[in-house]
Amino acid sequence: MNNNDIERYNPSQRTNHWAVAILFVLAALSGLALFHPALFGLSGLFGGGTWTRILHPFIGVAMFVFFLVLAIRFAGHNRIGASDRQWLRQINDVVHNREDKLPEVGRYNAGQKVLFWVLILCMLVLLFSGIVIWREYFSGYFGIVSLRWASLLHAAAAFVLILSIIVHIYAAIWLKGSMGSMLYGTVSRAWARKHHPAWYREINERK
Amino acid sequence: MMATQDVIARSATTTERPSIREIGEVAKLIDTSKCIGCKACQVACSEWNDLRDEVGTSAGTYDNPIDLTAQSWTVMKFAEYENPGSGNLEWLIRKDGCMHCADPGCLKACPSPGAIVKYANGIVDFNQDHCIGCGYCITGCPFDIPRISEKDKKAYKCTLCSDRVSVGLEPACVKTCPTGAIVFGSKADMKEHAAGRIADLKERGFDQAGLYDPDGVGGTHVMYVLHHADQPSLYSALPDEPTISPLVSLWKGVTKPLALLGMGAAVLAGFFHYTRVGPVRVEEEQENAELSEPVVHQVDPSVHVVDPKEPRP
Repeated sequence: MNNNDIERYNPSQRTNHWAVAILFVLAALSGLALFHPALFGLSGLFGGGTWTRILHPFIGVAMFVFFLVLAIRFAGHNRIGASDRQWLRQINDVVHNREDKLPEVGRYNAGQKVLFWVLILCMLVLLFSGIVIWREYFSGYFGIVSLRWASLLHAAAAFVLILSIIVHIYAAIWLKGSMGSMLYGTVSRAWARKHHPAWYREINERK
Repeated sequence: MMATQDVIARSATTTERPSIREIGEVAKLIDTSKCIGCKACQVACSEWNDLRDEVGTSAGTYDNPIDLTAQSWTVMKFAEYENPGSGNLEWLIRKDGCMHCADPGCLKACPSPGAIVKYANGIVDFNQDHCIGCGYCITGCPFDIPRISEKDKKAYKCTLCSDRVSVGLEPACVKTCPTGAIVFGSKADMKEHAAGRIADLKERGFDQAGLYDPDGVGGTHVMYVLHHADQPSLYSALPDEPTISPLVSLWKGVTKPLALLGMGAAVLAGFFHYTRVGPVRVEEEQENAELSEPVVHQVDPSVHVVDPKEPRP
């Protein structure tokens, strides 16, 4: 870090992000405990199976609320345009790190934008299906067919969400210099110019 | 409770269960044509199992309580059916309760290891000590049987009096039935007994009389003799062709290990991508170029560069 670094996320955005992240980890661990017998042992982290069943929905709702705030904050930066579609068509260049061949990227690249919208979809499906299968308060209001669909969709959306977050975390590990933006809020000028040149230019013009 | 050797299926368990002991399957046979709707079975169930349901309100029918609850594991369901063939009004009374499926949907759906077990004799039992109260058994059951207690959030249903059966007694409802409409024994014997009853019913004009032992759930250990075996749904919505819902099979079937595999593969793919393609670093020259950009562009005119070795003017 040095004085030349650019602020990418302010403290309140960072706090919001990590609140979602922590709640996601808790929701994922408690959810996976009920997802497959091989992972039932994870319920021990939450005080046993019954506590896992009690806590999981509350953790999930809290995650959704914090995520909603985060999504509203970042939605404007995640509109998908023509160059994003081109970027996605060149996904092979992306994974082989041929960044120079890719269309110029703004604040977020197309991968990040797709992730953003996939997360929104997953979170909505998880919330609504989760309410239906929340036995203690809501399941009594729904018929058996709704319950079965909700159970299936809840598991499917959770699977997609977990996969997406694996990709998200890996991307942050892969692209050195990215993690700092969420930890201390800043990225180096060289990082911004290399990975997000259009955003970098925009920032310089704003000055 | 039966011996652990007898637990041949166990919820949320992927390894093989004890299978060396050979025990014959039992079954309860409920003959709807002999049932008079006295509800002695409901009382016997409540007595033997020490269950005292809340006194409810009448819904205008003989059904009381109106449905199964965590404390009413069996309920007589009364249906009035006008037979279009004979023009007769038939009172079809069915004792509702757990069917003890050979392929139990509740057990398939349950996420808590050992909360639902199936014994070698065919009885499906809930172990409330392991029950976490999620209600997945309700989602999995093709017969809408399990109920979560408001009191303790545990799931309950008919045990087929597994405690009585394990010491050689018949279930309490069987013991008390005054007309012999409920009988209990080996599944083979019950089928034979049913065949006799069905032959009798057919002689008396019930051409469609038959045994309800649905294949869709692998057969059941509670069977019915029905006068209208071609239309089980006449008997207060007894499912015509019960099976574990395809949604439940998809939810709890091969998709689960595949999904686990998918998540594991994603993590591994990341690791190998990192070791093959390597991390993306911003080039150091780029970094340095940025740093060497002069922060102050003009040197103050008052600043003079002085070399001490140079002779001063």
